[in-house]
Amino acid sequence: MDLQIFIAFFIILRLRKKFKTKTAFPQWEKILLGLMFVCIALFTVQASFNFLKPLSGWIANGVVAVVLGIIYLNDEFSSERPTMFAVLPLILVSFVEDVFKLISISFYNKIHYFFEAASFFAFIWMIALLIINNKQRKALIKEQSKTHEEEQKNKFMASMKAQLEIQVAERTAELTSQKETLEEALTELKTTQAQLIQSEKLASLGELTAGIAHEIQNPLNFINNFSEVNTELIEEMKEAIAKGDSEEVLAIAADIAANEQKINHHGKRADSIVKGMLQHSRNSNGIKEPTDINKLADEYLRLAYHGLRAKDKSFNAAMKTDFDRYIPPINVIPQDIGRVILNLITNAFYAASQPSALPDDTVAANHKTPTVWVTTALIPPTEDEGTLVSLTVRDNGPGIPANIMDKIFQPFFTTKPTGQGTGLGLSMSYDIITKGHGGQLTVHTSEGTGTEFTILLPA
Amino acid sequence: MKILVVDDERDIQTLFEQRFRKEIKDKSLEFVFAFSGEDALIYLNQHEHEAVLILSDINMPGMSGLELLGHIKQKYHKPPPMVMMITAYGDAENFNMAKQLGADDFLTKPVDFTLLKEKFKLIY
Repeated sequence: MDLQIFIAFFIILRLRKKFKTKTAFPQWEKILLGLMFVCIALFTVQASFNFLKPLSGWIANGVVAVVLGIIYLNDEFSSERPTMFAVLPLILVSFVEDVFKLISISFYNKIHYFFEAASFFAFIWMIALLIINNKQRKALIKEQSKTHEEEQKNKFMASMKAQLEIQVAERTAELTSQKETLEEALTELKTTQAQLIQSEKLASLGELTAGIAHEIQNPLNFINNFSEVNTELIEEMKEAIAKGDSEEVLAIAADIAANEQKINHHGKRADSIVKGMLQHSRNSNGIKEPTDINKLADEYLRLAYHGLRAKDKSFNAAMKTDFDRYIPPINVIPQDIGRVILNLITNAFYAASQPSALPDDTVAANHKTPTVWVTTALIPPTEDEGTLVSLTVRDNGPGIPANIMDKIFQPFFTTKPTGQGTGLGLSMSYDIITKGHGGQLTVHTSEGTGTEFTILLPA
Repeated sequence: MKILVVDDERDIQTLFEQRFRKEIKDKSLEFVFAFSGEDALIYLNQHEHEAVLILSDINMPGMSGLELLGHIKQKYHKPPPMVMMITAYGDAENFNMAKQLGADDFLTKPVDFTLLKEKFKLIY
């Protein structure tokens, strides 16, 4: 029967192609190739010699059995088993047919319609199974490609993740370096701020220098003058002694003693000015000590006045003081409070000598004498607060415009032309009073009338 | 001769009184003191034509010596008294200003009393 040979040939071809036996399974390739030649030989024999047909049919049955056996017994061809099951019925029918032919050809002839029908159904079965197998195979391939796709996707994601991690690391490094740069900038800023504070101190010292020179010159003049007078008096005393005028001698001696006291007084005055100057330029040691606030205010008022006076010859202003004599010494850092007082007074003198900003100001108001009032007072305790000492610095300048009122305590804010003010005076003053001494620094201003700064310190 | 000394330093009085003790004693010189420009004007208004010579400091709080000089020379006293200006700042600006306002003389601190005595002698 031709069918077995076709099927065997077809299956062998399929096996060789599918499993690439030429390269993958050389040992099977030999056998399969051999079987293939057998098939071709059988085919040729059947076509040429009709009498050899039954024998070749049995050899074909054997070849088919061997091929199917190979597929069934060897795991490497397991994926071809569905094909085996597809062809099996057809082969079995052919085999049985051959068996009947061999036993009794006449009986076979009687029932050969039955075999034809069985072959037909087996053939349909084969086709159907092959189609189903093919479909399943395609689905499997699809599934495999899907898995492969997913794997690719996963790989891609993994590589993306790695890339992201690198980016994150890069960003982190960038941010860290930025942070370091910022920290450096901050340190630099702090240093600059410290330097600015120092230069503000030096600037105020510069303002003071002329005042200090004037303040020292006066006592020195007195010291020189009184000492010259004493030299003269001693000569006169000698003359009086020679004359024996003891009354005159005693009078002169009293004068000399009085002059010595004056010399001593002015010497001390110069001394305290120099000490105050040193204290002002020195970095604050932060030690609070009992201080006469009136004396401190008076000292800095004079220094500020003479300092401005020396800088600008045409500057003149009236100073009016009203000190409360009953203020006890209060615990403050003298150089710090001195700095605040100096700052407020210098500002007040500056403001007082400014022309009024109001356009409708009368001529008389424009010709008012620039005046600065410094007032101290003891404020009795209330329910909320203990005894306070107030120090008020008032000027009759143009006042502070409303639009800059909330800025005056800000660091670096100044209304003076560039280079003339550091803009640190009031902000430093505010810090010294509030943070350094637990006090208050308040301001009241009225445009065209003047400004009043008040320091409140706990007594 | 009556001399009005104007200075905000009160010890200037003691100093002058000691320096000119002989002159005060023999009454050749008489000193009066004012401790501000305003006080000086009040004194001059109350004692017209008494002071022949005025010695004034320039740097004083309130009315400055130059303002006082202006008042004396322009608005007061005919004939006005002699005015000598004294200042710690011996600068050209103040000197010119004082001269312009009619100052008769100009002295710088520290005051040279020997020189001042010479100047007084020339006046009386």
